[in-house]
This record gives sequence, C-alpha cells and structure tokens, in this order.
Amino acid sequence: MRCLSKSIKRKKNDVKAKVKAKVKAKAKIVTKRVKAKANPPSTPSLNFVCDIDTLRTLIKKNRVRVVDVRKRDEYLKGHIKTAASLPLAELLSNDDPESIINILNNLGISDDTWVVIYDDTFGALASRVAWSFKFVGHRNVALLEVTYDNWKKLGLEIERKSNKYSKVSHSIDIDYSIFADAEYIENAQNDKNKIIIDSRERLNFLTEHIPNSKNIPYTMLRSENSILRNPSELKRFMENRGIDLNNEIITYCGSVGTLSGLAFFALKTAGISNVKLYPKSFKEWKSLGKPKTEFKDANYWDLSAE
Amino acid sequence: MLNTILLTLAKSIDYDVLSSAKNKELETNEKWGLAEESEYFANKVKLYRQDKLNADEFRRFRLQNGAYGSRLNSEFSMIRIKVPGGDITPTQLEKVASLSESFSIGSAHVSTRQNIQLHWVQLEDVSEVFRGLAEVGLTSREACGNTIRNVMCSHFAGVCPNEPFDTTPYAKAIARFFLRNPICQNLPRKFKFNFSCCPEHGYVRIADVGLVPTVRDGVRGFRVYLGGGLGAASFIGHLLEEFTPDSRLLSTSIATIRLYDRLGNRENLARNRMRYLVSEIGWEKFQGLLLKERILVEATISIPTRKSYDGFLNTGDLNNTSISSTSTKSKITLPVINSNSGDTPYTRWLNTNVVAQKQSGYYSVYITLGAGDITSSQLRIFAECIREFSLEKKARTTPQQNFLVRYIKADQLPKVFQKLSGNGLGNPGANTIVSTVGCSGTTSCNLAITNSHRLAKEIQSKFLELNVDLDKDFVDSSIKISGCPNSCGQHEVATIGFYGGATRIGTSMVPIYTMLFAGSTGENGELGKAIMRVPAKKVLDVVLKIFEYFKKERTGNEKLNEWIYKISNGNGSGEIKNVDDMKKLLLPIIELPAFSTAPDFYKDYGTDTNFVAKTARGECAA
Repeated sequence: MRCLSKSIKRKKNDVKAKVKAKVKAKAKIVTKRVKAKANPPSTPSLNFVCDIDTLRTLIKKNRVRVVDVRKRDEYLKGHIKTAASLPLAELLSNDDPESIINILNNLGISDDTWVVIYDDTFGALASRVAWSFKFVGHRNVALLEVTYDNWKKLGLEIERKSNKYSKVSHSIDIDYSIFADAEYIENAQNDKNKIIIDSRERLNFLTEHIPNSKNIPYTMLRSENSILRNPSELKRFMENRGIDLNNEIITYCGSVGTLSGLAFFALKTAGISNVKLYPKSFKEWKSLGKPKTEFKDANYWDLSAE
Repeated sequence: MLNTILLTLAKSIDYDVLSSAKNKELETNEKWGLAEESEYFANKVKLYRQDKLNADEFRRFRLQNGAYGSRLNSEFSMIRIKVPGGDITPTQLEKVASLSESFSIGSAHVSTRQNIQLHWVQLEDVSEVFRGLAEVGLTSREACGNTIRNVMCSHFAGVCPNEPFDTTPYAKAIARFFLRNPICQNLPRKFKFNFSCCPEHGYVRIADVGLVPTVRDGVRGFRVYLGGGLGAASFIGHLLEEFTPDSRLLSTSIATIRLYDRLGNRENLARNRMRYLVSEIGWEKFQGLLLKERILVEATISIPTRKSYDGFLNTGDLNNTSISSTSTKSKITLPVINSNSGDTPYTRWLNTNVVAQKQSGYYSVYITLGAGDITSSQLRIFAECIREFSLEKKARTTPQQNFLVRYIKADQLPKVFQKLSGNGLGNPGANTIVSTVGCSGTTSCNLAITNSHRLAKEIQSKFLELNVDLDKDFVDSSIKISGCPNSCGQHEVATIGFYGGATRIGTSMVPIYTMLFAGSTGENGELGKAIMRVPAKKVLDVVLKIFEYFKKERTGNEKLNEWIYKISNGNGSGEIKNVDDMKKLLLPIIELPAFSTAPDFYKDYGTDTNFVAKTARGECAA
C-alpha cells in the first residue's frame, strides 16, 4: 500500500503480500478507503486522503509532517501531536510558488517528506493548502480524513506545545496541469470535454455562476464521519452526472479556492485523473467583468429557513 | 520494519462516537421505499439526457416517482417525500436533513398535505436522494403524477380526546395497499385520501375521499365523503351513506377509484379531477353507480387481495404505539407549570403550542415553522428532541405546515421548550392565526404568480412582533395563502384566505391577491367566499385593519373566525353588517400610491425588480 517507504524494502514478495492483506482487512474494519494505487517502492506516496490509523502510525514512527491550517490561537489551544502550524491566511496572503516553497522550507518539509494536513472546516482549508503544495511540486501530501474536532472527540493524541522544525530546502517543480486561470476557463467554456464545476451551495449557484458551469456543492462530498465520502460513492455521483473519468474537470468556488479545493480532492479520489483548480475563483471572475449566468425567475432564497 | 508499522496499528477506534444518531431507536415505521427504484431512476435520467427517451415519456416517469419540475428551470427538481399519515421517525428526519444538505438547499419544507419537500435538487442527483430515502423506509413514489397521493391523517389521530378510535392504521393500510398498485398508476388525474380523527380535526370535505371515524352498535366505521377538492373550481365532498363499516373501507375505496378511472375526464386537463365528474353527472347518479360498483368489487375481490390489505392493517395496528393510560372524556386543561405566568416566551409557547391528549398526563407539542421551512440542523435538533421526550418516538407533520410531537409528560415540557427555543423552533402561535400557511409559490413552482411563501413568513413574523399569539381572540383562526388559484396553500379553508394573481394598475403590472373570508375545515367545513382583491404589499395592512374593526365590532367574546363567519353571511351588527360594508371600509387601504413615488408597492416580496407574471406548464399541484 501507500505506506511503503524506501527504508522498508522487503525481499520476499509473498511476505509483503501477506502484510498487505492484513492491512486491508484492518482497513476494512474501520471503514477506511483504499487510496492511490500501490506505488513502486522507490517512489513512496501518500495520496489524497490519509486515514486515522495510518496517520497515528506515521506519527508514532516519526515519518510524517502534520500541518494544522486552523487559526494560530486554535492551534495553541491544542493540536494533533507533532503538528506544525500554518494558518490558511498566511498561505493565502502570498501564494505565489516561491512563497509556497518558502513555507515548505520553514515547515521542514523536503521533497520526500510525507505531509498530512487537517483543519476544522470539513477539509476545505486543508484542501486549499494541500493543493498549493501539490502545485509547487510536492508529491506526498494528503488530507486527514477527519476534522480536528472529530479527532479530539475520538480521544486521539493531542498536545499544546508549539512545534518547530529545522529549515530545509524544497525543490520547485510547478505542476500547471492542476491549475486554471480565468483565461483557461474562458477557453474551456465551449469545450465539451472540459467540465467546469462550481462547488458553492445551490442557492449561490442559482443566483449567479460562470456560464456553462455545473453545480456540485461541496456539501455533496462529505459523509457523516469523514471529510469525503468513499470513492465508489463519489464515482457514482459523477456517473449520474454523465461525467466520464476521462473528462477534464475544472473546479471553482466563491473566492479563494477552498470549497473547490475540497472538490479537487474529491474528484481525484473518485478516479478522475485530469482535475484543475481555479484558485482565484468566482471573485476574480466577477472583478474581471466576465459574463455570468444569473437565474432571476424564482425567489428560491425565500425557501431557506435560515 | 514495515511489519512493525503495520501491525502496531492503533487499537481499534470506536467510530460511533462521531455518530450523532447513536442509541438509535428501533425503526418503528413501515418501509415504503424500494432501493431498486433509485437505480432505475438514475438509468432513466441517463437515457433522457442521451435523447433516448422523449421528454413527455420521461416527465411522466419522473412525476410517478415524485420529482416535480422546478420553476422555469428544467435542470432542477422538487422531490416530494410522502409521509403517510404524517407519521415520521427521528431517523427519517435526520436522513431528510442530510439529504437536503447534500443535494438540496439545506432546508426542507413541510407541505399542506403532510409531505416533506426538498427543492432545487439537480435532476441527476434525484436518484441519490431516492437511495437515501429508501435506506430509512421513505419514498416519494406516487407523490406527484396521476396517482394516489400522500394519504393524510389528522395529526391528533390516536391522541384526540374526541375520537372514537385511532384512524392512523387505516390511513396507512390504504396508503400501503394503493402504493405501486397497478389499478391506480394511470388515473385521469391525482387522487387524494384524507382521514380525520373526529368531526373537528381533519380536511375531510376537500379530498376525493374524506373519512370521519365513527362507531355504530359497537362496529367501527366511517362517514365517507366523496368528490371534494380545492382548485380553480372547488367542491365540498358529499356523504356517501350514513355509515360505512370499516370492513367495507377497502371495497369502497377500490370502487371509487375504479369508477373514477373509467368515467373520469381524460381529455380536458382542467376538468379531470373526480370532483368534476361528480359535479357533471350529478351526485345522486355518481352515488348510485358507486354503490353498484362496490357490490361488484366485493363479489369479485380475491382472497389474497383482501388478505394483503388486512395484513397491512394489522401491521399498522401493531406498529401503532398504544401507550395505555386512562382515557378522559372531557377536554383537559393544561396545568400551570410556570407559576409566574404572564407573557414569558415559555408561557406564550405553552398557551398556544401545547395540547392535552386523551391519555391523561400526556401532551402534544407543536413546532411552529415559517410556512413549513426547517433547516437541516434544526431537523437534527428536532429529531433528538423526539427521541428524548416523546414516548412514541415519532412526530407528525400537520396540514398547517408544522410538526406535532406527542406523548410528552407534563414535567418534561420546560426542557422541551428549552431545547426547541434554543434552536429557533420555539415560536408560539401554532393554534392561532399567527401560524400562517403559504405554498411554495414563486420560490419553486412553475404555476405560481406571486411569492405566497414569503408573504406567509412576513405575516407570521409581523404577528409575532405584535404579540398576536397572546390574544385569545385569534385562537382557531387562520390565514392561508396560495401563489395562484390552484389552492396548494388551501386558501379556501382559511378564516382569511388569499390567492395570488396579477393585474395592471396604471401602466404597471402588480402582484395582487384575492382575499376570501370564512373558509373552514372539519366535517362541517365550508369554502371561503371571495371578497376583494388586495395588492401584495397591502395584504398586511388590510389584515391588521380587519383586526382593528373586529375588536371594535364584535359582540361579547366572539373570536375572529366567528365574527368573520357572521359578516360573510350578512349577519353582522353595528357598522359592518356584511361583506359589502367591510369592502367599503377597506377600499381606501388598498389604494396604491403613484408608481413614481413608491415603486416598491408595485413589486412582489423577495425581489427588487419590477413585477412580471411568469408561469410555465404545471405538472401537478399541492
């Protein structure tokens, strides 16, 4: 599985297979998802979503950098053991690739460090940070499957001390295949193989959205206990929508790419290979004066009991 | 090393900690949903999207399964979840909450026929909602289309001090028998059953089949009313015979449906409900045909058919909570729980939202909603509340678009209030005019002309602000609003009813309501009479003016509904003797200022653009 690391190469494949089977069984018991395909041992990988047991094991073995993207004062009140603090606002205040690399360096994340990110906002903030790390070329990054609140409710290991790690030097290898800007969206609007997904809630979508986009609200993506539903369910949702695994999908949301960041990871776990995020999202689109589709023929806001 | 990592996995975790619904009750409700119908629906949507299924055929299929088209936007659907008898469990409510959050707008809507509706669901996601509903035994099958719609039952059935017996099991057995039944998959139009608990509670005169329970010589039975219904043209149902024993309920129902299926108008969309058939051929002829048909049905009904119905009835009886305690015949008054009464939020709520049951020591509590709307998080709180405080661990939807939780002990009431009011569910006024009914109107319906939904909410919040709930004169009165003449808001059975339309004043289009007086429900229910037209933005002023005249003109302890009834029959005393007097006094109120000085008066609620009456083809009502 993904937990393979360079240092733990096994000679006998059959032993490895046995272990895998055991892990699988264990994973089933605690309703975990199977994530990325097994990677060759030389390129270890931790993809998309990390389950609780895996993270606890990795923490115990000191093989992971856990990143807490909640506000600093929340972090100081308590966080997952060994976690370093990176409030989302800090990343957003300057999210050009060089600044992101700088952040990685300061968090002591080098090219082959495994990173697991969590938040208390159903995974949306963590997703935006994880996407940024991927964007600048960090491969092994995953979202924790639960929020901090749930981690705490489960009575799992937390601590209060601030963790600092010695500075490292991360290489830069920008992955434009997961990035979209307004111009890219404009070109995609009339391309039937490219699907633009709006991740905001339904009523916001009905009010106004990028022309030709489809609405998959972020609220569709999570399950009761996890920030994302299991991949088979997500895959079925896409099939219902007539979305093919080979389609290219571009996600956007209201302003900074958090909700759509979550959608990015959801679509990846559903098995769609070509997913892009428009991080500047609808806020930029509107400020550029680009056309919008508005739906004014119904007073749907008055149905809300909020 | 790998071994060690993998084998020292942390001890297994108790994931139930995260589950909001731990300690779930045993599911006590019947199962209505079928999982396979979800998959079937998903496939049909795909075929439709690939142009392999024509639009009309698909539309018929979609409606049969309970997904109604949304206002002027075919991408989205409204899913009408049937709640047979209005009976729903906490687990079901929690599922509705999460389905609304995932696929709808994060709020659900209680309809006037005891359904729960989810609006603005992407057509492609409808099958996922069906899947979730089936998991908790719910269905929207035959909630729309030309079928037997949700079978209604008085929310007091089982606890009403004046009922001869609990009609809930009968309502559910009828619902179960006709659901997916081949004999009613393609009726001329929709068909509605309403059961009451007593002559007072229930909407029996405005249904295709309305049933009032009664006992004769120790035999359970019903007074069956046929051919009632509200719509562009409304009728009050006719009494079939003095007494229909419960053993003939099934044959009477089948006979009615067969007769309607055979003779109902399939040509003219506007006249295809059974009430038109009754009115066209005349009640006596219809009655004669029906009684003959029933003999035929009884002579030919197969034993398995009969048995399956009896089975449904018995299951319903068993499932039905009978929390035994001594029945009291007289109406019980509420004990004063909070001695320093007055108008604290708690006492206000206690006075209008808590009703004594026939089971002494037990109370039923209303949850007053705004035109039937409730958020997902409120639904979850409500579900917890039912689990914690209701002995039957279920709730009922009401035709006033509220919920009723029953079997609560007196000493629990303060806790119930605390829990509800902390989450916006503790509004008073449920059994008064404050609890305003409004159909979904232009918020989602193709047929709507006005935003009746918002107007109902505006009136309710104004009334709460004015403490109208504190005034006993407004108990048992109601305001009900529809966004068009089709009566989903049941405006014709309100003390003061309104239905939406459009008119031209000067050069501007204006949303306008026709106001009706003195409609009522129950076995002696009457239809309201149209009084006058009132621009949307003047409705509140007019209602408040009526209150003012009522206070001045009424005699003795007359309540608003009694006074309105008197006026509408020309029996008023004093300045306002009849409807014409009333109209004269109200005319100055409805005068609109010039458009140029007050353009807002020409717009509808919930919108800042000029009013345009836009509608599309209707698919079904209610």
